[in-house]
Amino acid sequence: MSVHNQHLESLEDIKKLMNKSSRFISLSGLSGVAAGLCALVAAWICREKVISYQKAHGLGEEHLREPLVFREGYEALAKDLILIAAVTFIAAFALAFLFTYLRSRKAGVAIWGYTARRVMINVLVPMLAGGLLVWRMMQLGVYGLIAPACLLFYGLALINGSKYTLTEIRYLGYGQLILGALNLWMLGYGLYFWAAGFGLLHIIYGIVMWNKYERTSSETVTV
Amino acid sequence: MKNPISGLNKTFDNRVRLGVMSILMVNEEVSFNDLKQMLEVTDGNLATHLVTLEEEGYLKVHKGFIGRKTNTTYAVTKAGEKAFKEHITALENMIRGIK
Repeated sequence: MSVHNQHLESLEDIKKLMNKSSRFISLSGLSGVAAGLCALVAAWICREKVISYQKAHGLGEEHLREPLVFREGYEALAKDLILIAAVTFIAAFALAFLFTYLRSRKAGVAIWGYTARRVMINVLVPMLAGGLLVWRMMQLGVYGLIAPACLLFYGLALINGSKYTLTEIRYLGYGQLILGALNLWMLGYGLYFWAAGFGLLHIIYGIVMWNKYERTSSETVTV
Repeated sequence: MKNPISGLNKTFDNRVRLGVMSILMVNEEVSFNDLKQMLEVTDGNLATHLVTLEEEGYLKVHKGFIGRKTNTTYAVTKAGEKAFKEHITALENMIRGIK
């Protein structure tokens, strides 16, 4: 019987090492929730900025969805919005990193290991390609396409990275792709699609993942 | 009657050697340091087992450099892959047999 158990143990070991060495599994659900909250706050601030710009030119909230007209203060508004986007990205990334770091420390896995590097490379390549496209769109003044392009490329990045981390992140990627595609035909609503994709979807995904992987594990630790 | 021991590979008796093979089966190429980190073993211990596996012809070793630091990476050979798969099949058969 002990020989039997020994063989079972060997098989368990093999399975565990294959999984641990090929996927980065410390990604925390709370990272998703934190990034989503950042995005929602930023979307709200952007909305206020745009409304006050419209009001300054005698347009009410009902004109919010119409393409912005080039008038006095337009450059300043564009700069503000880009700044907000940059700050949000950094804050969301930092918070996401923090929660994942805490989780990996609890699990005793080094955060910057072989698997983490692979996830990063696979997520970053599509993101950089998308970033380049968005940058060029800004230069050419094709502002309406920026939000859908962000969503589409972010979705692709997640799907690409999902091969090397929790598989479920693939569904978050599909969600972003769908929103990005819809947004292509509803151009004035970029901010809302952005809030839905980067905000709501992240939060929903984060809560689902936290429930699935982290809540039970923390309970068994404390009990 | 068939001997239940047959098929089990002596080389994979050891936990570290079995671990190295498991990791390399699902990854194209892994460096010495990454193996060390994943298996949580010392340099000397890992090096000894890697030599054994290499001598059996189960591993391909690639010595490279990152800047001035050596960066040795490992990958499984066809023979290594075959031996590992046979070992797993033997393990499974034994578990089924004893049940």
